[in-house]
Amino acid sequence: MSEVAVCVNRVSKEYRINRFQRKKTHERSLRDDLVNTLVSPFRKRDDESPDSIWALKDVSFEVKSGEVVGVIGRNGAGKSTLLKILSRITRPTEGTIDINGRVGSLLEVGTGFHAELSGRENIYLNGAILGMGKREIDRKFDEIVAFSEVEKFIDTPVKRYSSGMYMRLAFAVAAHLDPEILIVDEVLAVGDVQFQKKCLGKMSEVAHGGRTVLFVSHNMNAIEQLCGSAILLEQGKLVEYSSDVRHVITRYLSAGVNDGARSEWINSGREYENPYFKPLRLCVSDKKGKVLNRALNRNEEAWIQIEGEIQKLDSTLSIGYAIYSESGVQLFVSLHTDGPETQWTKLREGKWMLRSQLPLYLLNEGTHRLECIVDLHNVRWVLLPGEHNPTVQMDVQGGLSESPYWTRARLGAMAPILKWVATNVN
Amino acid sequence: MTHIRIGPRSSWLAVDWREVWHFRELLFFLVWRDVKVRYKQTIIGVAWVVLQPLVASFIFAIIFGNFARMPSDNLPYIIFAMGGLVPWNFFANSIQRGTGSLVGSAGLISKVYFPRLIIPIASILAGLVDLAVVLIALIVLMLIWGVVPTFAIITLPLMLLLAFGIALGASLGLTAINVQYRDVGYAMPVVMQLWLYATPVIYSSSLIPENWRWLYGLNPMVGVTGGFRWALFGTGMPPLAELALSFSVMIALLIGGVLLFNRMESRFADVV
Repeated sequence: MSEVAVCVNRVSKEYRINRFQRKKTHERSLRDDLVNTLVSPFRKRDDESPDSIWALKDVSFEVKSGEVVGVIGRNGAGKSTLLKILSRITRPTEGTIDINGRVGSLLEVGTGFHAELSGRENIYLNGAILGMGKREIDRKFDEIVAFSEVEKFIDTPVKRYSSGMYMRLAFAVAAHLDPEILIVDEVLAVGDVQFQKKCLGKMSEVAHGGRTVLFVSHNMNAIEQLCGSAILLEQGKLVEYSSDVRHVITRYLSAGVNDGARSEWINSGREYENPYFKPLRLCVSDKKGKVLNRALNRNEEAWIQIEGEIQKLDSTLSIGYAIYSESGVQLFVSLHTDGPETQWTKLREGKWMLRSQLPLYLLNEGTHRLECIVDLHNVRWVLLPGEHNPTVQMDVQGGLSESPYWTRARLGAMAPILKWVATNVN
Repeated sequence: MTHIRIGPRSSWLAVDWREVWHFRELLFFLVWRDVKVRYKQTIIGVAWVVLQPLVASFIFAIIFGNFARMPSDNLPYIIFAMGGLVPWNFFANSIQRGTGSLVGSAGLISKVYFPRLIIPIASILAGLVDLAVVLIALIVLMLIWGVVPTFAIITLPLMLLLAFGIALGASLGLTAINVQYRDVGYAMPVVMQLWLYATPVIYSSSLIPENWRWLYGLNPMVGVTGGFRWALFGTGMPPLAELALSFSVMIALLIGGVLLFNRMESRFADVV
């Protein structure tokens, strides 16, 4: 089939920030508008005013029927806006989109779930909201319940569910949506690892079932596994659309490298303002404390260095970093409070530098991304992993191992050298 | 194969009624949810529907019937008051729920597509269940007080339809404006309070001087409460002039409401 399922033609979307976003809530009061009109009754709304943001600018592409297309880009690149326009939740400011086929969109799992209603009732409600008819839900009901693994509690109000059960039920309904064109936003980023696997499995079933799918994710593995082509958005513009998914992903990841932040990040002044721990500098340094401006050998001593300012000491403060592989997989998280309590650095108000040595022979070859994270334990995240945090890049290359057999980069996210012991058991 | 074209903004006159019809099952489920959820985790549940107007009627009967001796069209005052409060409460609750409906469904609006018209319609339809319960209670109360309904009662659904149409028309406009300006939500309780006194709920419309009746009748609820009492109690003549006026106002409100709603609809998801 080479029929066109989705044709996006020069679509742009403008948001005005002075009118809506600048106020924290999106509300504006009648008074504001009246006052504005009275103060400057003849001023026309200026479309090119600096207070407007083009979330999408002149985006055009075509998706053929049966194609599975991944949409990637950094936060704020316009991915969600694109999906919202495609699912008809909001209209484009300019341009048109032609869609051939029934569209189902999953921008969130569990939309419209009502806490007071039972699992059974929510399946019907949520199904109807996603566009299924009552008969369709009747037919799929048993399947949905089986997939969700909450049979026993199907007549219990969902407010009594654990968050895991809730998510499973919500995803189960969504997974049984049966449209010709499916639009999915990052739904896989929920639940435990086990459940994510199940979701991914269901997604690939859908993707290989001949349906047209548009799929937004930060999970490059999922994109690579599921998608036949990929779109890269940067600041609202489409910069790459190719069936060479690997190529688009590489371009996306390398775009981050050229972002000015290589192996050192310095706060430009007012970023990440907060009293608990305001990050000032993040870098990878060698053993003398010098910023490492080149690729790191696996057998070389390196330190992650985080500087920041504490204005208000919180006893639950934990500072650390998360590290991501080239394909965007989070490899691990390290916090300064990971060891026994007696060994924690005692922090006080003031400026601090924390250093942590990276184990030798741990990371695989490749470009890693390292981000600073700050947590108030069990209270809230000050800098949540995966959000837009201070970030540096770290290339790891060479120094693979002293073993004569280990001469190339290994498969796998990490490549530790572990100790082996052999005991003769004759 | 279905084909959809998405563009900047469709004409603000055209409402895709076929699409609204297509989503009727969702409408049903939303109404069903509202009804189902409303009296969850209460002890006396749906009895609240009856208790609220009943207690209010008792208070009115004591204050206005006993002390102030307001005329009540030769009916026991409590029956008279209930006859006004039942349609009025339905109307006032509908407007209140309708006005808040879009903002209350922000989660849906920003995540799923469906004709937004369904939301206020569902919120008002859900009130019909309460109305049915309270109507039965009212008829029981009438029989207890020895007021027997006449054949005029068959016109009761028409009066309720009128109240429904007026509430829907007003709500469509109000809820659309409320998305942008939350002031509406705060202003409505006050407006409804005033509106109550401009409607013959606790007093009889016979108190209004004859030559001001036409102006008074511009309040569409005058026709509704008058018509409702006539249909239930069968006293006097049906207030035909007021009903005609109510009907015209309802049509105007519905057209205006739909147009306003449709015009603002494209911005809901961005603003709510």
